[in-house]
Amino acid sequence: MSRKYGEAMKVKVVVMPKAAVLDPQGNAVRDAMQHLGMPEVRSVRIGKYMEIDVEGKNGELESRLHGLCRDLLSNPVIEDYELTKNEEPP
Amino acid sequence: MKFAVIQFPGSNCDQDCIAAINGLEGLHAEYVWHKETSLDDFDAIVLPGGFAYGDYLRCGAIARFSPIMRAVIGDARAGKLVLGTCNGFQVLCEAGLLPGALVRNRSLRFVCDMVTMRVEVDDSPFTHGCPKGTLLRMPVAHGEGCFFADAATLRGLNANRQVILRYADSRGRILPEANPNGSIENIAGICNRERNVFGLMPHPDRASDARLGSVDGARIFQSMVQTINVNRVTAASDRIKQVA
Repeated sequence: MSRKYGEAMKVKVVVMPKAAVLDPQGNAVRDAMQHLGMPEVRSVRIGKYMEIDVEGKNGELESRLHGLCRDLLSNPVIEDYELTKNEEPP
Repeated sequence: MKFAVIQFPGSNCDQDCIAAINGLEGLHAEYVWHKETSLDDFDAIVLPGGFAYGDYLRCGAIARFSPIMRAVIGDARAGKLVLGTCNGFQVLCEAGLLPGALVRNRSLRFVCDMVTMRVEVDDSPFTHGCPKGTLLRMPVAHGEGCFFADAATLRGLNANRQVILRYADSRGRILPEANPNGSIENIAGICNRERNVFGLMPHPDRASDARLGSVDGARIFQSMVQTINVNRVTAASDRIKQVA
């Protein structure tokens, strides 16, 4: 449903567990990497990566996106998020 | 007395909750679909276990935005008793009705087992008749039941005696071996500051029939009934005092 005219933006959201939250998945992967011949691996943290296409491009849209990042896409009790937008046309 | 059992798409313990509650004297439970918007007809609310909305994104993350949740939150703020078991507990945390969060089990395994819990307070509306130190046995079945709260929240939970249940061994000792999922301080169930919202990972609904190995779960539902009756008597006598 790409519109021929009008602006759009591609938003990337990365959600990571907070440092204080135990990440057993990350630990399991760290152990596997060390086991597979890479003892240099110190730690692995596993998060989520989301790509979001949005119609339009303005500050108001961005602040609404930040709102949803806090309310839905991440849980601030256990996670931090980072939102970056791709300025290039899709 | 009427209990509402909320049905989200993906709930799978709704029938267990209905059966458990309807099996108790003087109690009647009804399903309420998540698209409904009012719970005025009910004396208490139960959020059952399952995988609401497939547990996509995070457990309970999408369910908390269901239309019925506005009524759950409103009624909870007004003092109605709300019980969340398993997935229901996760939904209550995501909705902000209970502090903390439930994350992946420390073992990374889905745990399906009978656990023992120790009652930590004397006066919870959900554990009447179970004085501090009482041991309760109920099943758990979850992959993401590891309770987490930051240090400040944890201090608050302990200071306000909001921790109602901790995982314990058969002698009531709080040990790491008795902890099925890695929950911080062996926490199995907590309530809010106002003490009318209670969430726990174990299943009272699956421990309300002797044929299932335990009837300790029924004590939770019965305690809720007792609380509601006491509240009614108090409210009535307050009205009489006002009139007199």
